[in-house]
Amino acid sequence: MAWRIVVGLKDGVRDARGERVRREIKENLGYRLQSVRTLDVYTVDADLSDAEIEAAANGPFSDPVIQQVAINRPLASDFDMLIEVGFRPGVTDNTGRTAKEAIQYITGRAFLPGEGVYTSTQYLLTGLSDKETAEKIAGDFLANGLIQRWTILAADELDSVTGVPVSVPKVVSDSTPKAQSINLKVSDQQLLEISRAGMLALNLEEMQKIQQHIADPQVIVERQKVGLGSELSDVELEALAQTWSEHCKHKIFSAKIEYEDENGNRETIDSLFKTYIVGATRDIRKAMGENDFCLSVFKDNAGVIEFNDDWSIVFKVETHNSPSALDPYGGALTGIVGVNRDGVGTGMGARLIFNTDVFCFASPFLDKELPPRLLHPRRIFEGVVEGVEHGGNKSGIPTINGSLVFDERFAGKPLVYCGTASIMPRMLNGKPCHEKQVQVGDHIVMTGGRIGKDGIHGATFSSEELHEGSPVTAVQIGDPITQRKMFDFLLIARDRGLYNSFTDNGAGGLSSSVGEMAEDTGGVEMHLDRAPLKYPGLQPWEILISEAQERMTLAVPADKLDEFISLATEMDVEATDLGTFTDSGYFHCLYQGETVSYLSMEFLHEGVPQMVIPAKWQPRALTEPEFAQPQNLDAELQKLLARLNICSKESVVRRYDHEVQAGTVIKPLVGVANDGPSDAAVFRPLLDSFEGVVVSHGICPNYSDIDTYHMMACAIDEGMRNYVAVGGNIDHVAGLDNFCWCDPVQSEKTPDGEYKAAQLVRANKALYDYCVAFGVPLISGKDSMKNDYQIGNTKISIPPTVLFSVIGKIADARKSISMDVKRPGDLVYLLGETADELGGSEYYAEQGELGSQVPQVDAETALARYRALNQAQAQGLVVSCHDLSDGGLGVALAEKAFAGGFGIKAALAKVVAGSTLREDKILFSESQSRLLVTVRAESQDAFETLFAGQSCRRIGKVTEQPELLVTGLQGQVLISSPIDLLKEAWQAPLREM
Amino acid sequence: MMSKTVKTIVIAGNGTNCEREVAHACKLAGAEVADIVHVAELLAGRVKLADYHFLNLAGGFLDGDDLGSAKAGANRLLHAPVVGSEQTLADQIKQFVAAGKLVMGVCNGFQLMVKMGLLPAFAGSAKQNCTLTHNQGGRFEDRWSWLKVDPESPCVFTRGLERLYLPVRHGEGQFVTDNTATLKQLEAMHLSVVKYADSDLNPTMEYPDNPNGSVASIAGICDPTGRLFGLMPHPEAYVHYTHHPRWTREELPEEGMGLWLYQNAIRFIREELLK
Repeated sequence: MAWRIVVGLKDGVRDARGERVRREIKENLGYRLQSVRTLDVYTVDADLSDAEIEAAANGPFSDPVIQQVAINRPLASDFDMLIEVGFRPGVTDNTGRTAKEAIQYITGRAFLPGEGVYTSTQYLLTGLSDKETAEKIAGDFLANGLIQRWTILAADELDSVTGVPVSVPKVVSDSTPKAQSINLKVSDQQLLEISRAGMLALNLEEMQKIQQHIADPQVIVERQKVGLGSELSDVELEALAQTWSEHCKHKIFSAKIEYEDENGNRETIDSLFKTYIVGATRDIRKAMGENDFCLSVFKDNAGVIEFNDDWSIVFKVETHNSPSALDPYGGALTGIVGVNRDGVGTGMGARLIFNTDVFCFASPFLDKELPPRLLHPRRIFEGVVEGVEHGGNKSGIPTINGSLVFDERFAGKPLVYCGTASIMPRMLNGKPCHEKQVQVGDHIVMTGGRIGKDGIHGATFSSEELHEGSPVTAVQIGDPITQRKMFDFLLIARDRGLYNSFTDNGAGGLSSSVGEMAEDTGGVEMHLDRAPLKYPGLQPWEILISEAQERMTLAVPADKLDEFISLATEMDVEATDLGTFTDSGYFHCLYQGETVSYLSMEFLHEGVPQMVIPAKWQPRALTEPEFAQPQNLDAELQKLLARLNICSKESVVRRYDHEVQAGTVIKPLVGVANDGPSDAAVFRPLLDSFEGVVVSHGICPNYSDIDTYHMMACAIDEGMRNYVAVGGNIDHVAGLDNFCWCDPVQSEKTPDGEYKAAQLVRANKALYDYCVAFGVPLISGKDSMKNDYQIGNTKISIPPTVLFSVIGKIADARKSISMDVKRPGDLVYLLGETADELGGSEYYAEQGELGSQVPQVDAETALARYRALNQAQAQGLVVSCHDLSDGGLGVALAEKAFAGGFGIKAALAKVVAGSTLREDKILFSESQSRLLVTVRAESQDAFETLFAGQSCRRIGKVTEQPELLVTGLQGQVLISSPIDLLKEAWQAPLREM
Repeated sequence: MMSKTVKTIVIAGNGTNCEREVAHACKLAGAEVADIVHVAELLAGRVKLADYHFLNLAGGFLDGDDLGSAKAGANRLLHAPVVGSEQTLADQIKQFVAAGKLVMGVCNGFQLMVKMGLLPAFAGSAKQNCTLTHNQGGRFEDRWSWLKVDPESPCVFTRGLERLYLPVRHGEGQFVTDNTATLKQLEAMHLSVVKYADSDLNPTMEYPDNPNGSVASIAGICDPTGRLFGLMPHPEAYVHYTHHPRWTREELPEEGMGLWLYQNAIRFIREELLK
């Protein structure tokens, strides 16, 4: 039978969670409730005695100091409306899993198959009488209908003896798992229908390629030998759809692009990825020669570079946009724990050291009716932040760097970038740790979580725009603790040499992980029925492509299998032998002894036809806005400081543990009150060494509306100057690109595809040009190409966005520099020239303008500047350093001053700028490669000598008087604001989020 | 017989996160041995608590804190049997304590000690009479806090100390007692060792100096012997000046304030347990 254990706070104990929910309901929906209280419910569906249930209820399930418990009776009283929210059947319920384990410890007996614990939450609302409103509160705020369900009871509807009726969200399936064959001898229209109805995201050309392959008489002969007919099985079709998906195969980046520029010059680009990304790294590595610090690029789950003689650093950034649009919490949580598996699953394995997060949202204060299926940006903001918080904090990984970027178009699809770095020994048991190789005969072992229907079609779903039929099973919920236990186990297994290779199960599940690993040996024989399932009833193809989380696939040599499995068992990690890696040449899957897939490895991996994409660049006809210089520049500065792209993100940063592992030397928040905005983070991965890893990023989608070439260049420069600002070594630094684009393939749905494809080409050209110019190799990256929303006639495409992440090293972390001014009397220097480059700037945006003169990067001058800055830092001449980005000089001066708690007096007349440049433009231009540095008076000569021949101007000094005082070209006072006032303007907007 | 080396152990696994830096702090403070031991090793009976002097329960999220902070973790220690014995790990910890040894729990480790009834353990009672619950703000927060040390406390870890500046990083750090009598007894016996304070070192209930709304500003407590100590702030996160959030702008000594707690522990072991 099933029990219901209800846990609530004792009378008189404040319900902080309930109060927060009440506040959020008011913020999100505008309903003012009198009170909200909360109760936790455990539905235990297992064969247990009354005594055992009581031991659980009064033991691990409740806290005797503050909580009370009721078993099979209600605790709820004094409410107007009760809303109970629980998970739908099959949705990951982490608390339910922990509760089940707790009961097993008490009884000493394992639960039987089918037994389980399910959790739900009761919200007791007062100040509310109608059910319609309650329904809206449940559906629009408390629950996400994709993964949760709810019950609403008015006070008089609650049975005072039994309480809310028992409901067990157990997965019940009456389907008999069996592979089906699919007839592909059909018309083109029917081929497309098969793709559409099956959520396969395969286009006609690809479907035809499969149709031809399966009709090949030689293929049929080989298939008959293993008992298959001349029709493809659903297992095979799903494996192909997953392997060939945009998400896994990067078809757009591999496509042949026919590009025409604005002057009619044509060129054919055979793969953007190979030409520009791999090409840049190849050329840079060649130029570095003996000094090449790259160890593993593009071929593994993450890139690997040297850290020192004994250790290497692994870095990867992923996006998890589509799932986060549907379920912000689960999507983002899965994003972070998913990229963590990449960080661990590189080479022979690495230990995670830090995370980075960059989110792009629409304003949380957006006051507009949204099209169907879109969640309000505030809910997305809340959910994503909480998801990443739980993913990072619970996993014990500090989140040390990140950004929030706002643009209204991100209402159509939020961007959720999750990055992770890890550390591995250079050598492991006598071999390079960043290399791995599956051997013929190795066993396929899956570890970690079990397989359910979660995340089915995630890979193909994210290869499409968000539409009406977007599947709910595409949403997964991560389980950081199961994953953490698995990682603890894997690092021990690694050091004991118990496996030859491994990789994570992310998009595409086993199909992807086993398929990719099998490329080492040229074949695989996998028994799908041996895979452990969360619940019965999964079809063989579902087992193959499920994206259930927290799983890794390993190649374990036969003579190590027993030791591997028994270590896993002892450490409470599930490990299952699914078959062997072979050299048969086939992706061979069986279900209960019968062959259900027999695809040649070559066709599976190399069969996808290359796309051909037209691209035509035509610059938009844009002009510079005409408006007079505002009278009150104090007010303009305050308005800029309060803009969402500039204002303080402290409320979010504090929710992330940025100090666990005790290695964070430059934290995200710095300065006299621990609240100034850092440019980059410095992290010490080895507690007995002062060598540091430096991490930063650049992202500027605003500039894409003018020219993506310069958007890309600016993103690279921003990443590099943030990196160098804290002291990162400019000669030991690598980059990582994450493209998030809107669909660039010309079609009926995308009539401006040629333009969007040209934008993509231009960004790639800049990526090559500037990485080579800066000498920064790319080590890994990812693209997400379908960030559009389309339902009915409403289409929202995100602005083309590239996150350029930068990782490198500082020899001595004790020489790191923070951005805050340190003491009165220090000299303030501006490095770099200021030009009339306000196109796409925050200042123009504040005036409602775009402009046309987008900032351009002069990499050669910038690199010389960054080198000289490195020297100044090494000589101890730099006391603070801050980069100029959104909002330009005015914002940087203000931030530096209020972070340090002192004033700055600066003269615009000293700034190197075009002779006709207006004062407001000097203040707010976003010209690149500029930095503000403070230097002690006694270091003046030494500092200026280092920058001889470069643009380096002493524009003012730090003052005791806590005021930002900026004089204009004639020496008149332009800005005179107390730093407290500026700080308040900067802190207010997102303080309560 | 144990040799005259100080042996410290940090239990890891099932969601602990700070074991490496805690072991590092023990080493820096002079412990000859600072072993990070997975709880599976202890449950398998291969490693015995009795072989150590100083047990560290590190911060983290045991079992995800899914049933409330450290609840499922406490349940495991109370019920999971150690292979080859009739005992649980909780039994072994009791013997460890009875042998006059030291235990420090930080953050999740403090939550674990309180929920197992190891703290405050008035007169040796294992009944839980305090707890740590959700911050008043309802959210996880990472921020640095000033702590005022009670000079009259029997706590061996804080001997000679007046103040500490350490980071808190938790969502469930609000200390509460079951009733005012418990609180009064804690205060009367000087077991409320460290209190959240403003920068002038006055204990405070004001956010953010008191980051979670803890009753009587209590950030950490010890048992009447002073050998068992738990606190929410993280001493292992400030053992070197580069851990301090303002090290780039303040003149600070090489050693961080958090290290003092570990040094006191090691000194006590040398002077009292190894003499």
